[in-house]
Amino acid sequence: MTESIVRALKCRECGQEYPIEPTHVCEFCFGPLEVVYDYDKLKGKFTRELIESRPQTMWRYKELLPIDGEPTVGAQNGYTPLVRAKRLEKVLGVKELYIKNDSVCYPTLSFKDRVVSVALSKAVEFGFTTVACASTGNLAGSVAANAAAAGLESYVFIPHDLEQGKVLGAGIFGTNIIGIKGAYDDVNRLCSEVAGKYGWAFVNVNVRPFYAEGSKSLAYEMMEQLGWKAPKHVVVPMASGSLCTKVDKAIKEFIKLGLIEDNGTAVYGAQATGCSPIAKSVKDGTDMIHPVRADTIAKSLAIGNPADGYYANRVIKESGGWAEDISDEEVVAAMKLLAETEGIFAETAGGVTLGCAMKMIESGKLPRDESIVLCITGNGLKTQEAVIDAITKPRIIDANLKDFDALAAADGVQTS
Amino acid sequence: MRFRVYLTFNKDSVREPIIWKLAKQFDVVTNIRTAEVKDDMGLVGLEIDGEDDVVNAAVKWLGEQGVHVEPIEQNVIEG
Repeated sequence: MTESIVRALKCRECGQEYPIEPTHVCEFCFGPLEVVYDYDKLKGKFTRELIESRPQTMWRYKELLPIDGEPTVGAQNGYTPLVRAKRLEKVLGVKELYIKNDSVCYPTLSFKDRVVSVALSKAVEFGFTTVACASTGNLAGSVAANAAAAGLESYVFIPHDLEQGKVLGAGIFGTNIIGIKGAYDDVNRLCSEVAGKYGWAFVNVNVRPFYAEGSKSLAYEMMEQLGWKAPKHVVVPMASGSLCTKVDKAIKEFIKLGLIEDNGTAVYGAQATGCSPIAKSVKDGTDMIHPVRADTIAKSLAIGNPADGYYANRVIKESGGWAEDISDEEVVAAMKLLAETEGIFAETAGGVTLGCAMKMIESGKLPRDESIVLCITGNGLKTQEAVIDAITKPRIIDANLKDFDALAAADGVQTS
Repeated sequence: MRFRVYLTFNKDSVREPIIWKLAKQFDVVTNIRTAEVKDDMGLVGLEIDGEDDVVNAAVKWLGEQGVHVEPIEQNVIEG
């Protein structure tokens, strides 16, 4: 077995290093902590051949994920399809377009299964027996499901008025669901206090540095599936902004390890206009993120004060990318377009990603003649309410052939 | 309790000595750990130490002054 190359937790602001523990902010400056590695230890050992010889899961890149040894939670997760979107290419007028399709990520149909499996595997290593999260959707379902499969106790905190469908998506796994009354900020603050007070692994609080690293696996897969190369352009949806930074980190790691050539990949961020603090900062040419009150149907991206916003902004600028935002109507239209051209039913965040990409292609920010990957991070079955009024209603006929013949004739369908 | 928060000041509040007023009005120890101030907004990482009730009242008062108060994790609730 390859030895762990994880070196420490390091403050992104002041550079202070900490041992590998369940902690997430710098005690000196409150900066976020990030896992850092000794890549030199992998030189010559972590090869394409080694990776290709392993099972097709996100853990085929385990040396670059912050766990010791083998994963104990979510061992089957990841390795979703990378689809060449030929029909969508024609509609958009671009030469080479791919969809990284995490709407079919195992087991709960969102890319959160990647981050959660790393967070919970690490939590088990740390000796936690209870895991928790605060979520309005995908994260809740993923924590509940992965915890159930691993035999861990779980607590999921939600706003008390969350839609029944979303409660169901976590509740079926037997988790402890706690609905909290109050304004968003108060609920948010309580969740932070709970995370600090109880001896639990709160996935997006005290084990956040490990949790966030799981996102890198999406980009590792993307590069391997492209034939061991990075795309020229990659578009990611932004909530906290973490995925944006981790895609960039993953590409740089593969370059550093000699697994791919530096393709000068530019990273682009996508948000819904009703919650677009990062896109706004990029477009305004500032690095300060102004918090907003989220108001969009893209609820999985509705983070008004994104913790990684500053860092996502920096990655976008330094890589030569851009950020865009689109209206809720454009989100729905893009969801339909993706479904009708590629047979992929993405959640609202997927509509945001495609819709923003289309806007950036039109404006010339995204070139038409170079490779583009769109990261689709969740499944449309979870956000059906967003498109329920936009789909064609079934035409009802009586159960006889005559009625269908009339309908087919009206459609201009020929009999054989 | 010792509560660690990020305060975001908007263009109306960024020039006000709000943290000074906070310490005058409430029996808390304030400790600025990080800060960035520009023309139209400011961001301050602040530790507020005191009795639970007093700290909670202080946080409520900050909100009333137009300051956005969030835990240092910022948005804990994810999609």
